[in-house]
Amino acid sequence: MLLGVDTLSVSIGGAMPLEGIRFDIRKGEIVGIVGESGSGKSLTALAITGLLPLIGGRVSAGSISFEGTDLTKLSPRERRAYNGRRIGFITQNPMTALDPLQRIGEQVDVVSRLHLGLPPHAARARTVELFRQMRIAAPEAIAEAYPHQLSGGMKQRVVIAMALAGEPDLIVADEPTTALDVTVQAQIIHLLAEEVRNRHIALMMITHDMSIVAQLCDRVAVLYAGRVAEVSDVRALFAHPAHPYTRALIDCIPRPDMARGALTGIPGAVPAVADYPSGCRFHPRCPRATDLCRTQVPALVTDGRDSHACHHSLRDTHG
Amino acid sequence: MFTYVLKRLLTLVPVFLAVSFVIFMILHLIPGNPVDNLLRVGSSPDMRAEIEAKYGLDRPLLVQYVIWLFHVLQGDLGTAIVARRPVATIIGGALPYSLQLGGAALLFSSTLGILLGIVAAWFRDRWPDQAIMGGVLLGSTLPSFWMGLLFILFFAVWLGWFPVSGVRGWQSLVLPVLTIGFGGTALVTRVTRVAMVDAGGRDFVLLLHAKGLSPLRIALGHVLRVALLPVVTILSLRIGWILGGAVTVEVVFARPGLGTTLIKALSQHDYPVVQACLLMLSVAVMLGTLIGDVLQALLDPRMRHGHR
Repeated sequence: MLLGVDTLSVSIGGAMPLEGIRFDIRKGEIVGIVGESGSGKSLTALAITGLLPLIGGRVSAGSISFEGTDLTKLSPRERRAYNGRRIGFITQNPMTALDPLQRIGEQVDVVSRLHLGLPPHAARARTVELFRQMRIAAPEAIAEAYPHQLSGGMKQRVVIAMALAGEPDLIVADEPTTALDVTVQAQIIHLLAEEVRNRHIALMMITHDMSIVAQLCDRVAVLYAGRVAEVSDVRALFAHPAHPYTRALIDCIPRPDMARGALTGIPGAVPAVADYPSGCRFHPRCPRATDLCRTQVPALVTDGRDSHACHHSLRDTHG
Repeated sequence: MFTYVLKRLLTLVPVFLAVSFVIFMILHLIPGNPVDNLLRVGSSPDMRAEIEAKYGLDRPLLVQYVIWLFHVLQGDLGTAIVARRPVATIIGGALPYSLQLGGAALLFSSTLGILLGIVAAWFRDRWPDQAIMGGVLLGSTLPSFWMGLLFILFFAVWLGWFPVSGVRGWQSLVLPVLTIGFGGTALVTRVTRVAMVDAGGRDFVLLLHAKGLSPLRIALGHVLRVALLPVVTILSLRIGWILGGAVTVEVVFARPGLGTTLIKALSQHDYPVVQACLLMLSVAVMLGTLIGDVLQALLDPRMRHGHR
């Protein structure tokens, strides 16, 4: 096991936007974290990368173990040693992800200088090589450029190269393509998946695009309103989802055989932290909700590496 | 970079012409006349006309302006009507003191202000921040003439460390610089702190932390550079201001300077001197913004490439 997140809760101020999160990631695995906006995907990423204090949050319960070490128990200095070296991070918006005043190359060089101890010229050679692998044309020139001279897609390639530079075991990507043009989204996401597979790096990819999950991921964790709805193997998840929320997400994927105007959505919206309902948090939007769902929080039922939290699991009905 | 500076310089030409026109016109349109100061009570109108003709004051205003501008551009600031000396000599006598005081005060307030701003932002909302921001509140609200008197009483009269007034030696510069620098430091500290906190909350800082850089390195190597952009703007605006803004301090410490020269000339309606002083101050402001723009361009590649 590379990464084990166990009953992780996160507090910001008096609120607890993340509660009892549990899933794990094996070496070289691609795990998708899905859910609508506000379900706690980004907070999970910030917790794993140790960046919660920057937004005023903290881990209030549970553990995040990385190769057996509980990251939540480390001092800030010890924790920092993992960042960039063992865990790479790719942010949502490449337009604002880079220091506007520093040359692109220097921003990538620093990772291999800091973590691999390379001298400046060797670090630059490595940066240029990484840029080449990320299919950046004229990598030497790009290394000398400033962020404002690059397109969004190009910047995200740079950010991915930056995440790869420290030879990490895990890359956390927070919706790596949502801020990009649709035309480059597919390119970038496949490039990322390819590089990660080639290097046997585990990838935790946050997305709300179920078709990307179906194409690229080995496993999926579905989050809803700060709790785990379901964690499963990707094939099993699409074939036999246990949680009605997962079912609803899958039903939202447009298919070529659909009739015109048949695009569906999930009625309602994810509640804000202050308005979390009692019992199962999905019950106000759930077609299968009963009185039990309104009062009792469903336990996270575990079966091997899989788990789900639903009183009326779809799998129970299907046998 | 060279073309950038050249372009900025060229845009200053129309500004200079406009400013010089306004300065000239305002002075000549306000009531009062320098000739009044030269005539004895009961002098005949003929004598008035004679003096007016001597200084060209009898010609149409626009003609006077063109002649004046023409001379100024050749470096001839004219002769003071009341003081009866070349204006260049009067300005030349005062300017070094103003430059000395203004330069030292600017250096003092920018260095200390940026330093305090960084410390305050680093310890945001903890006691060092609160202490510094308390000092900033004092610095920006206490009037400088009162501060100056307080400094004189404490450091010059009681402790006897520095002279009460005058311009002899570097010691005489300390108290005036402190007096002016106090308010300046407060301003720079506040701007630096806000800019550091703002820049520290940007997206790219998250990624710097994710790369595993130390917080100190992120603050000083990355956040500070971004935060300096607004600080440089504020400082460049103060370059011009500090030359003429020291009037009260010059009076309190009995120092010669552009400020006192201007006040004296104004009270005597000595047009050539007032015009020259105001022109100096406007040129200083213009140069200040130019220096600010150049510094911005040096700090920010987006400015150099015209992306902002």
